[in-house]
Amino acid sequence: MAERHGMVERRGVGLWLTHLGLIVGVAFIFFPIWLAFVASTVSQPEIVSPPMPLWPGDQFVENYSKALVSGVNAPVARMLLNSAIMAFGISLGKIAISLLSAFAIVYFRFPGRRLFFWLIFLTLMLPVEVRIVPTYEVAANFGMLNSYSGLIFPLIASATATFLFRQFFMTVPDELAEAARVDGARPMQFFIDILLPMSRTNIAALFVILFIYGWNQYLWPLLITTDPEMNTIVMGIKQMFPSGDDIADWPVIMATSILAMIPPVVVVIGMQKLFIRGLVDSEK
Amino acid sequence: MATVSLQGLKKSFGKTDVIHDVEIDIADGEFIVIVGPSGCGKSTLLRMVAGLETVSAGEVRIGDRQVNDVEPMDRDIAMVFQNYALYPHMSVFDNMAYGLKIAKVPRSEIEARVAVAAKLLQLEPYLQRRPRELSGGQRQRVAMGRAIVRKPAVFLFDEPLSNLDAKLRVQMRLEIKQLQRDLGVTSLYVTHDQVEAMTLADRMIVMNGGVADQIGAPLEVYANPATAFVAGFIGSPPTNFLDASTFAPGAPQGAQLGIRPEHVVLSGDGTGHRAKVLYAEPLGAESLIYARLESGDNITIRQDGALPTPAEGETVSVAWDKDEEMQFAKDGRRI
Repeated sequence: MAERHGMVERRGVGLWLTHLGLIVGVAFIFFPIWLAFVASTVSQPEIVSPPMPLWPGDQFVENYSKALVSGVNAPVARMLLNSAIMAFGISLGKIAISLLSAFAIVYFRFPGRRLFFWLIFLTLMLPVEVRIVPTYEVAANFGMLNSYSGLIFPLIASATATFLFRQFFMTVPDELAEAARVDGARPMQFFIDILLPMSRTNIAALFVILFIYGWNQYLWPLLITTDPEMNTIVMGIKQMFPSGDDIADWPVIMATSILAMIPPVVVVIGMQKLFIRGLVDSEK
Repeated sequence: MATVSLQGLKKSFGKTDVIHDVEIDIADGEFIVIVGPSGCGKSTLLRMVAGLETVSAGEVRIGDRQVNDVEPMDRDIAMVFQNYALYPHMSVFDNMAYGLKIAKVPRSEIEARVAVAAKLLQLEPYLQRRPRELSGGQRQRVAMGRAIVRKPAVFLFDEPLSNLDAKLRVQMRLEIKQLQRDLGVTSLYVTHDQVEAMTLADRMIVMNGGVADQIGAPLEVYANPATAFVAGFIGSPPTNFLDASTFAPGAPQGAQLGIRPEHVVLSGDGTGHRAKVLYAEPLGAESLIYARLESGDNITIRQDGALPTPAEGETVSVAWDKDEEMQFAKDGRRI
């Protein structure tokens, strides 16, 4: 009864206040994005003459096609492709490597197993920013400047993901591995046929997080790419800002910003379905 | 189908010895139950036969082959695990077929073999379901189906019924017995439940602290326990142990006298040993009477349910036939 009472109360003023609060919050957060969108649909003179327009103009197609095809330094389409390759490379690479290393740590007894485990653990304390100079040196010596391998490989190992999979593998009953052994599965067959399908929920969740991590990389691409053709979109936006007396092409920059936001949103929404299906399907 | 032979089998983890010198020759088609309390090494023994544990010393032979260093898959065995160990993301069909798929058995043959096993185990309606959609008993059947389709030479069961409720356990026990008899496959079955051991076994191995205390047919083990441990472990309620110096003059120092509850009677005529009834449990077909002898030893009496049950606190006299006495030396061995 108490619960029902609560619901009745919420139908009154409380409900309206709650919604009002939420709407104000959304409007507050959404306003800058809205401004960016508006700015991407008007012409340069309209932006620089105050007051700034608050409703979309008629330059949508012109600005976006200009951004995608020619951009400022490099076509945004090219930067989107670079970012996509980097984000997919990092997330898929991280998942593959951490799955395999967690598999090794949990299921195999090899000399130095503990040592390796702690070494992986140690790398947690060394984010990109801390090791950026030596990493740059190594990448440069390997000739990986301005290349996809230079963008991906230095960021591809993940202690966090290794831990996540280690914890998950440790909850898988030993008997399952033994049953597979009696059934004649070799270790890699067990990994592929049993362990991977059982981990798919974790993989989906991790993919979302890692894709966004890879997409939002700023510092490392800024350092490793000098050729505009290899710029990723997040750092590319910064590169579009004028230096000296040049005039900033704000509509194109704003169009680029909006374009940069879309893929992570698509991934989150797309994977959310798979993620929830994975949760519903989860069996143990 | 094969014989299994364990010769001087030992297992140690580091410096701790968990299996001491187990020896048995198992005939083709024989059903052997390994029984013992928790931590007696019975599961370890089974896992050594399966190849999931290494052998520290001695020999495991399946058929005429020494298999100490052979991988489980090449030993021609199938194992049923306590928690079933079904692959959660696979259908019942795929669970049963997985081993055959790995062995590259042709698809048509896989389907035929699974169909036969499913029919045998009444799993036909469930072949496309996932394990989590099945009841405990059905999961148990799938685990057995997975063993059957491989047509192994030896079945290994590791406490397969301990996760089921009491009623289902009795039913599955009968099914396992039936199945093993029909298929005629040599089986090793581990359990801590002596009723399972008594009902299933052709011969049983009673394990105690890593030692096979006694190997023999169930009734023979029951009637003639080789050690005090076996006498106490097999049989419910357990054998009464009394101080031999009081009740059997002339017995060696520290010896114990064992007497089964069903061999103790209340002597209405006042002869025998006086005892005070602590409490009585009428179970219908039989009654259990717990009493304390004047020597201070507790004694359990099992009598027909139709006989009158004494009241709690009443003083009675108990007696038993000298022929039913079992004497055990200080180290537990039968004298």
